Amino acid sequence: MGISRRTLLASGAAATICTPAMIRSAAAAGDPIVVASMYDLSGGLEAAGKPMYDVLNFAVDEMNAAGGLLGREIKVVSFDTQTNMQLYAQYAQEAALKDKVAVVHGGITSASREVIRPVLDKYKTLYFYDMPYEGGVCDRNIFIDGLTPAHNTEVLVGHGLKNWGKKVYTLAADYNYGQITSDWVKKYVKDGGGEVLGTEYFPLDATNFGSTISKIQAAKPDWIMTVLVGGGPISFYRQFHAAGLSGKIPIASTTFGGANDQLVLTPEESDGIVVAYNYIESLDNPVNKDFLQKFRAKYGADYPPISDLTMSSYQGMLLWAAGVKKAGTIDRDKMIEALESGISIDGPSGKVTLDPATHHAIFDVHLAVFKDKKMNLLETFPQRKPADTAAVCDLKKNPREAKQYIIKVN
Amino acid sequence: MDLVAIVAIDFVYAIATLALISLGLAIVFGMMRIINLAHGEFMVMGSYSAAVAVHHGVNIWLAILVVAPVAVGIIGVILERLIIRHLYGRMVETMLATWGLSLFVVGILTMIFGDITEGVPTPLPGIKIGAYQTSGYSLFVIALTVATLFGVYVILRSSRLGLLARGTMQNAEMAAALGTDTSRIYAVTFAFGAALAGLAGGVLAPVSGVFPTIGGSYIGRAFITVISGGTAPLAGTASASLLFGIINQVATFLTNPVYGEVALLLAAIVLIRILPQGITGRYLRGSL
Repeated sequence: MGISRRTLLASGAAATICTPAMIRSAAAAGDPIVVASMYDLSGGLEAAGKPMYDVLNFAVDEMNAAGGLLGREIKVVSFDTQTNMQLYAQYAQEAALKDKVAVVHGGITSASREVIRPVLDKYKTLYFYDMPYEGGVCDRNIFIDGLTPAHNTEVLVGHGLKNWGKKVYTLAADYNYGQITSDWVKKYVKDGGGEVLGTEYFPLDATNFGSTISKIQAAKPDWIMTVLVGGGPISFYRQFHAAGLSGKIPIASTTFGGANDQLVLTPEESDGIVVAYNYIESLDNPVNKDFLQKFRAKYGADYPPISDLTMSSYQGMLLWAAGVKKAGTIDRDKMIEALESGISIDGPSGKVTLDPATHHAIFDVHLAVFKDKKMNLLETFPQRKPADTAAVCDLKKNPREAKQYIIKVN
Repeated sequence: MDLVAIVAIDFVYAIATLALISLGLAIVFGMMRIINLAHGEFMVMGSYSAAVAVHHGVNIWLAILVVAPVAVGIIGVILERLIIRHLYGRMVETMLATWGLSLFVVGILTMIFGDITEGVPTPLPGIKIGAYQTSGYSLFVIALTVATLFGVYVILRSSRLGLLARGTMQNAEMAAALGTDTSRIYAVTFAFGAALAGLAGGVLAPVSGVFPTIGGSYIGRAFITVISGGTAPLAGTASASLLFGIINQVATFLTNPVYGEVALLLAAIVLIRILPQGITGRYLRGSL
């Protein structure tokens, strides 16, 4: 079984405790390269955080088994941020100042990212945010390998307009990700000659969708786009099915399945939902098959499906490691230069390249449909660019920028 | 016309779910004056009992209507004996204890079942009204809520146990002097409230899903309903659910669910300002 989650946690804690010794010797060659992982392992978002933590450690264990990086072992210092913004601020400082880590991987919500980003900027500590999010972050110190709206929304809208019809109804989460993404939906639908009949926003714990389902029926859309986030909104799919509408009005979603939502629904409730992600587990390529086989051998055959969110953490670690190899050092400025050189990896989701101008990812987007709780590949859209962030952000021209743009869509 | 029917069902359904999630709390808070902050978790335990039973092949109706309330009722008895009974008359302490209990239950459920558990499938198909569709299960929830309210009324009003319970809650010392085992009555009443919470959790499991932290989305609305309802557990819950359900749905239809929730909260604030004792503190006094 190798290293269990428990011993990993224990060693993470031990590493945190005995850091003073490490600071003194951090620079010496032959000593481990210290990497911070900052995921919510409790407090509400642990369902998302735990698998990210597992794949990150899996990536590090693989690298160490292959001799480490630059001849040095990689050591993960884990911070459980407990879905608590205050802890993010505190731990980011601790990682940068006390542990003097080479890089921080982590942050799940956009809110948490915006807490740690300025802290790590200030202390010149490299930051990898490995998550799908609403786009627009423009900061030389941060690298982001997750989906942004332009990556997958256009693909989904295109599929809907072509196969289902021109009239769309959008249901979205009531915070910046949902609002910005639904603006993109509007734009792409309009560009494609369609019409958005209505957009409704829901809090993350909404559970009653009765009135919404009535409103949808009154509006008579050809299909529905969901940008819902949170545990409560899963009940939309359930209530939609209970009303006898599943299969009658097709659904495309930018988020469904991202946190393995299909596992809490019956197959009838989730069949036919169309999604688009960078990674889906059923991808038929040797890197993916090898990854899944080794990962499941270590973490158990009954480990839940690896979602796109989770895969981002794994590939983020690989991208960082590729940067270390290229730079030949863990010095932050040299690392940024190396990562900005158009570096790419061949990961389980295919080729992933870091875009030098935006520090976001260029990768394949896979359109898939749910059947029996599994995503079945429909079509691959190769090497899609982060067009949304690229519209506002050029770090080659303005390397001193460090902000998140609210991207205006019209 | 069909749309009117569909919307009407939505309205009644919203009122019914409010009443259903509040009833158990109304018994425990309204009658026993215990602020049970673990009420949401009692419901969640009901949902899990139903889900586990269904996944072990138990008939879904049996799981929802029998397994969920009985399981949570039994847990209620145990918790009353272990924790609550030591804290009668000490409101702040019961709040702290039940809050701790709710965190504990969430932790235990996460440990046992993990963060994701397959929910309970909806046992009824959708029904067609003209060109529109609605959930057949919504109609079942409405019918069940009416039946439950009526059942609770009959038990409290006409059964010997209901009489003893009401007597004990009004004046425990006098009831004890007249030969009632008040400690047992307390335990049974608490278990009854817990079982109603379990029933609500079981019934709503196919609608809202089953995960450890979902109790949080019920507890706020349940407390607002019960407190606004006032001292009479049944009349209070029914009248407050009616009022808030309508306000919530009107706002939801005119705008969106976020403002629907805001309207509900605003209405509750205004109501408590005008009627500090709740609806039944002013009207319908002396009712159940």
